[in-house]
Order: sequence, then C-alpha cells, then structure tokens
Amino acid sequence: MPLFRSEEMTLCQLFLQSEAAYACVAELGELGLAQFRDLNPDVSAFQRKFVNEVRRCDEMERKLRYLEKEIKRDDIPILDTGENPEAPQPREMIDLEAAFEKLENELREVNQNSEALKKNFLELTELKHILRKTQTFFDERESLMETESMTRALIPEDVTSRQVVAPHNLGFVAGVILRERLPAFERMLWRACRGNVFLRQAEIDAALEDPVTGDQVYKSVFIIFFQGDQLKTRVKKICEGFRATLYPCPETPAERREMAIGVMTRIEDLNTVLGQTQDHRHRVLVAAAKNIKNWFVKVRKIKSIYHTLNLFNLDVTQKCLIAECWIPVTDMETIQMSLRRGTERSGSSVPPILNRMMTREVPPTYNRTNKFTAGFQNLVDAYGVATYREVNPASFTIVSFPFLFSMMFGDAGHGLLMTLFALWMVIKEKPLAAKKIQSEIWVICFAGRYIMLLMGVFSIYAGFIYNDVFSKGVNIFGSGYKVNLTDEELKHHHSAMLVPDEANGHYRQTPYPFGVDPIWMMAENKIPYLNAYKMKISIIFGVVHMGFGVILGIWNHRYFGRSMNILVEFIPQIIFLVFLFGYLCILMFIKWTKYYAGAEDQTLTPGCAPSILITFIGMVLFKYDTVPLDGCDNYMYPGQVTLQKVMIIVAVLVVPILLFGKPILFKIEMNKSKNHAALHNQNGTAEGEDVEVAGVPQTDGHEGGDEPHEFSDVMIHQAIHTIEYVLGSVSHTASYLRLWALSLAHSQLSEVLWLMVLRKGLMFQDWYGGVLLYFIFAAWAALTVSILVLMEGLSAFLHTLRLHWVEFQSKFYAGAGYLFVPFSFENIMEVQPGEE
Amino acid sequence: MGASAIPIIVVTAFWFVVGAILPWFVPKGPNRGVTQTVLVMTACSCWLFWLCCYLMQMNPLIGPEMSNHTLLVMKQEWGSSWKA
Repeated sequence: MPLFRSEEMTLCQLFLQSEAAYACVAELGELGLAQFRDLNPDVSAFQRKFVNEVRRCDEMERKLRYLEKEIKRDDIPILDTGENPEAPQPREMIDLEAAFEKLENELREVNQNSEALKKNFLELTELKHILRKTQTFFDERESLMETESMTRALIPEDVTSRQVVAPHNLGFVAGVILRERLPAFERMLWRACRGNVFLRQAEIDAALEDPVTGDQVYKSVFIIFFQGDQLKTRVKKICEGFRATLYPCPETPAERREMAIGVMTRIEDLNTVLGQTQDHRHRVLVAAAKNIKNWFVKVRKIKSIYHTLNLFNLDVTQKCLIAECWIPVTDMETIQMSLRRGTERSGSSVPPILNRMMTREVPPTYNRTNKFTAGFQNLVDAYGVATYREVNPASFTIVSFPFLFSMMFGDAGHGLLMTLFALWMVIKEKPLAAKKIQSEIWVICFAGRYIMLLMGVFSIYAGFIYNDVFSKGVNIFGSGYKVNLTDEELKHHHSAMLVPDEANGHYRQTPYPFGVDPIWMMAENKIPYLNAYKMKISIIFGVVHMGFGVILGIWNHRYFGRSMNILVEFIPQIIFLVFLFGYLCILMFIKWTKYYAGAEDQTLTPGCAPSILITFIGMVLFKYDTVPLDGCDNYMYPGQVTLQKVMIIVAVLVVPILLFGKPILFKIEMNKSKNHAALHNQNGTAEGEDVEVAGVPQTDGHEGGDEPHEFSDVMIHQAIHTIEYVLGSVSHTASYLRLWALSLAHSQLSEVLWLMVLRKGLMFQDWYGGVLLYFIFAAWAALTVSILVLMEGLSAFLHTLRLHWVEFQSKFYAGAGYLFVPFSFENIMEVQPGEE
Repeated sequence: MGASAIPIIVVTAFWFVVGAILPWFVPKGPNRGVTQTVLVMTACSCWLFWLCCYLMQMNPLIGPEMSNHTLLVMKQEWGSSWKA
C-alpha cells in the first residue's frame, strides 16, 4: 500500500554518452524521479566542466531581468499562458543568446536616445521661459533708465555726469535655477559681489521633467545685472556652483522675439521625435512581453540541466559521463524509457546504461503523494522525515488529525464556515493556483485546503454530537426531558433540578438518540455535566490513539528484522498502557452503564457512584481500606480488588523487561558472534575477519544503519527509552485532556458572544431594533469569524499537531531520514518565482 | 436505565456499512489502500464518539437544573410528564 511505508529506493549508476547527456538529463528533469549525487564534491564551482555554459545562462537571465524591469516600468502586462516549454537544445541556446542581445541593445539605445532628447527638450523649454520672463525685466530696466533721466534735470550737472555713464554699461546673465536653491543663491551673490549686482527672478509655473531621474521639478528664471568684467566672472562662477544653467539672451527685443519663435518650432519638432521614440520603445517591449515568461522558463531549464551535468563525472576515455542517482525501484522502467527518448532526440547511437548499485548507505525517504495526501505528508515531515522504510504515520493522520481537531473545535456552525471556505478553495483550485498569489499566509492556507476541508466536515459531526451550533443546541429528535412539576411547585422555588429517576417522570428513560440532549444547553449545571463527559472521552480517545501508535511499532519491528523486539518492547509497552490506562477507560464505561438515578439497589444510586480518579489513585497506591459511605459499596464489581492488585503488579514487573530485555538480547547475540568467530579461527578461515569480529566493531558505522555497537550504548539507550515511555504514558494521557480544555473554551467563547452581542441585538423592540440588529449582527459575525473560526481554529490546529507529533509519534516513530529531492523542472519552476 | 434499540441499531449499522462494507468496493487504483484506511478509521472513531455520548446519557446520575422561568416555558412548549 502506498504511503504506509516510504518507497524502496535504489542507487543507480548511469552511463551517458557526452552528446546524449544533455537531452537525457532534460528528459529526466521533466520526469522528476531521480535524485543525483554530487560526484565532484571537492571541486569548486569555478572548476567544473560546464561552468562556461552556466555563465552564459546567467548572462541571459540578467538580460531577461533587465527586459522585465523595463516592461514593468511601462506597465505593460506580461502574458502568462502557463505553458511549459521544453528545454531547448544546446544549439538553440546560441539563437536565444543572440535574440536577447539584440533586444537589450535596442532597448539601451532607445533609452539613451530618449534621455538625450529629453535633455534637449528641457533646455529649450527653459530658454522659452527665460525669453518670456526677461521681457518684463528689460522693461523695468527701461523705466529705471527713464527715472534716471528725469532726476537728471533736478540734480546739478557735475554730479549727474558721473551717474549717466552707469546704466549703459550694465551687463547681464540670464538663467534657470531650482526654486529651492534661489534664496541661498541670492544671499551668496549679495555677499560675494558686495551688493553690486542686481537680481530679478520669476517662477516658472509649470513643472519640468528632469531627464535623468524623471522627476518633476520646479524652477525659476533669474536675470542678474552687473557692471564690469570682474563681477561677470564672479557671477558666472557662483551660477556654476549652484548648478544654475545659463542661457544666452539677446539684448534687443526684436532679436528676442525671433529667438522665441525659433525655440517654439524646435520644441515642437522635438516633441514629435520624442513621441515616436516612445512609441518605438513601447512596441519593442510589447513584442518582448509576449515571450518573456517562456524565455525565463527555457533559460532556467537550461541552467538547471547544466548544474546537474556539473555533478557528473567524466570517465577516463572522455567519451561518456557517469552519474549516480537514487531512483524508486518501481520507476526503473519509466526512467529507462525516458533515457531512450533522450538518446533518440539527441541523435546519438549509443544507448545509455542504467546499473543498479549495491550500497550500504541509507537511501532517501520518498513518499508518493497526490494533491490530497501531500498536505498530510507535509504535516508529518515538518516534525521529522521518516526513516527509510519505516511506517509512515501520514496515511493515518488523514483521519486522526481532523478528528482530534473536531473534538476541540466541536461547533457545527463554525465547522460549516470552515467547510465552505475550504470547499471554495478546493473547487477553484486551478484558477487560484494559476494566480500565483505571493502572500505567505495565503500560500500556507491554500496548501492546506484538503486538511481544512476534512477538519470542517468532522467539526460539523462533532458539533452535532456536542449539540452546539453557534452556541445554541438544536432539538431534532425531541428532548428526553419534560417538566413533571406543578405550577405551584415551580412558583415556590427559584430553580429546580429535573432528577432523572423513573419515579419523577421528568426523564424518558432512554437517551437522546444522537448527541447531547438539547435540554442541557439551557441548564445551569451544564458545565459540570459536560465537563465530566468531555474529560472521560478525552482520556478514552487519548488511550486509543496512543495504543494505536504502540501497535504500529509491530510493523516496524517486523520489517527491520527485529522480531525479538516485539517480545521485549511491544508486549511490555502495550501491557503497561492497557493495564493502567486501558483499565481506567474500562472503569469509565462501567460507571456509565452501572450507576443510575433511581436505582432500586442502593449501591447503584448516584450518591454511591465512585470517583474514577480516586479509584485509580487508590489502585496505584494499593489503598483499599477506605470506609464506604452509608449503604454504598466500595467496589464496582466483584473481584475488583484482586484484579487491580494483579494488574498493578504485572504492570510494574513489565518495566524491568522493557528496561533490560533488549540489552540482554544484544549481549547474547554478541557472545554468539564471538563464539562464531572463535570457531572460524579454529578452522583457519580468512584472517580478515579476525580484526573485525574480535571485539565489537566499534568505528564501523556501515553495519545496517545507526545501531549502537557497545553494550553500554544499548543499555543507556534502552534506559532512556524506558523512562520516556513510563513517565510519558502518564503525562501524555493527561496531555490529552487538552481535548476537553479547548472544547470548553470554544463553547464558552461562543456562548459569551451570543449572550453579550447577538442576544442583546435581538432583544430590541420597535423598528429601530431592526436597524440596530443589522449592525450588531455585523459585529457578531466579524467576531465569530475572527475569534472563533480563525483564532480558535489555529489554536486547535496547533494542539492537534502537538498531540500527533509528541504523544502519538513518540510511541513508534524514529523520523531520522532525509527527504528525496528529485531533479525536477516542476520543483525548480515553483521555487524560483518566490525567490525573485 | 435504558437504551433504546432503534438509535443504537441505526447508527451502528451506518458506521458498520461505512467501515466494513464500503472498503470492499473502493475501485482499484493507486489510492486504494489510503481510501480504505480513511474509511475504516473514520467509521471507528465516529462510532466510538457517538457511543460514548449515548452511554453517558443512558444512565444519568444528575439531571439538568434550570430556573423556574425556563421550566414554565418548557412545560408549556414540550408538555409535561412522560407518564401517561
């Protein structure tokens, strides 16, 4: 049966002809069933045979990434058809390289051109603004000169003659500077030129695009008037320092107008050219976007093939490559076929050779899973990968995990919500998987969709057993209780208990057919009653689960040829578990069936029902002298004392067998092999054995796995195991009480939500009650989903996981294997997008 | 003290069919073993779960304690007394 044990693996040697190697590895990659070993572990990555090809692939990937970045920058959608192109032949690689090179060069050229064009465009725009704004400055200067001429008449001749000279020799520079820099610029000018320069500035309203970064920046036009050459150089230097761009501005208005017209035409031309460049770039990118996913897949496949080829060994004749791989035995035929296909495709004549090799190394653990079982296998592997060929708990986890979860989650309403969500994920599997959503929480949730579906379905069942639907009970079959009290009696007492004995007539004398009677949901003593029930079933299911784990150990012992272990490990373990905790469960069943309200026999009335816990403690402590209550019997069945004493003694006696059994067997075997060797020596056979068998083979680690070879090792190992088992059985049994604890917490939380939120909403009268209820329901629903389904669900999931990993698996699971990681294109493609 | 025959028979028969009859009819294929395991384990655990609940209520030691308001409403809605 698949999944009961991991698959049988064999180490194979593969001889491939050099020409065929590439194609064969490509075929094996598509198949995904072979794990290659590195035959050159001490060779560095740079010294391997195919390092050049890997480098070329890296180059191609870099070009593709550049292309992808450009495509994303322009917001062009990348087409993902989900198709899986085959790995291209080596000769195709050159074509691909050339294509990528051409695309990259074209793009780079286009980008450069557009950058230069944009720079030009910027300069022309700035010039345009300057020509417009400076018109006002010059007008002001004219008026300044006029005012000068007006004052001339008022001032005496000799004074003005000196002043007239000044305005005519005013030089100026015009330029553009970032607005933020303007105040500092002005201050610097003032200080450096001692206030002898005159600055006018005006803001450019429109934002301009910086060609390099593509940002929008705000700039201002300025014009500086100064006299003399020294000031001119100083001004120019300061402009350079503040990275203001200076433009030649003609003096006369006529020239300026001409220049303005010329600038406008040039700007228009530039715009057209810029538009065309962008169009061209867009077209190139759109064409590339169609194929880019395909190319990525192809390049990755080539690269992975060459990485794998690097693991191979080149044989002496340099003609063929030798590979070592682990493959599942059942798939040898399939692999042979794909190898033959690969050889045919490459056109080589020599068929590849696949040889099985005998080895003592431990093979990897391979469990063949489908999309349903994969989730459960992952849960098991997360704790530890199964040792090669040991019993795999995954197939049992498929049911036990959701079942134990449902015992803790037990609410049919919340279970329904969970089931619907999981059902949606399962039905819409393919489209959801194709979306490749990157959120990690979603990925985990989606991967566990089948687990969630089962958890939900079992929770609905548990919800009906516990009779809990969104914290309300449902009365499907009619309650077993009716009220047999007169109205007078009811009025006198604040509350009453409907004692279920036959005389009173409250109870039908047969229980509610399926699940907990709905009357308990309304009872004030619901919690003590349900507690007793839930604690008992937690222990019962705990003991069953653990017992199952111990029993699974039998198959491990038999498979690994340790049949004696069944006698010295399994039997003591199961006796200990059953005689102590199995008996505890039996006591529970006895109490359930024997004692009842209204019993004629006084000893069977509820007042005399013994506490199971006290009975158990008394049993372990050998305390049998307690005085029974009046009319009661201390014991539940005749012969109880003797039986209990016998069981405790046997259970205690079984512990030394568990402790010493295996080491003693080991010692016996050791002695046997020593005698065997001595016999051989006497007969004078091969001396080689002398050295090996004389004592105990100490350092040889190849003898069938990881069995210790010293008596002290075995003894210590077994002592640890015994202590773990004995102490563990007590603590693990108690640990299963979390099934009760979480179920109680869940039902209480959901009850609180009902009492405090939804019930209050339903109690409003009048029309506004409806409006309020609308909002209150929203709050109740949000809290239900977030706290009760999500948080409690996660919590119960975690506890179930712990119960499986620790309490169940410690009874039989070794988990010391390593995972089978085949060379598979599927796996590689899945991993890469996440890494990017 | 009582256990009504019908619910026991119905539920036990249902889970018996699921756990002991259906596995024989699982179609041959790579997943046969897993499906059989799932069916058997589901049947066993669900039946045991139901059984414990039934046994627990079969011979109750205490009864529900409720406020007299609830009891009055119950008397009205569900009728009083099992005795004729």
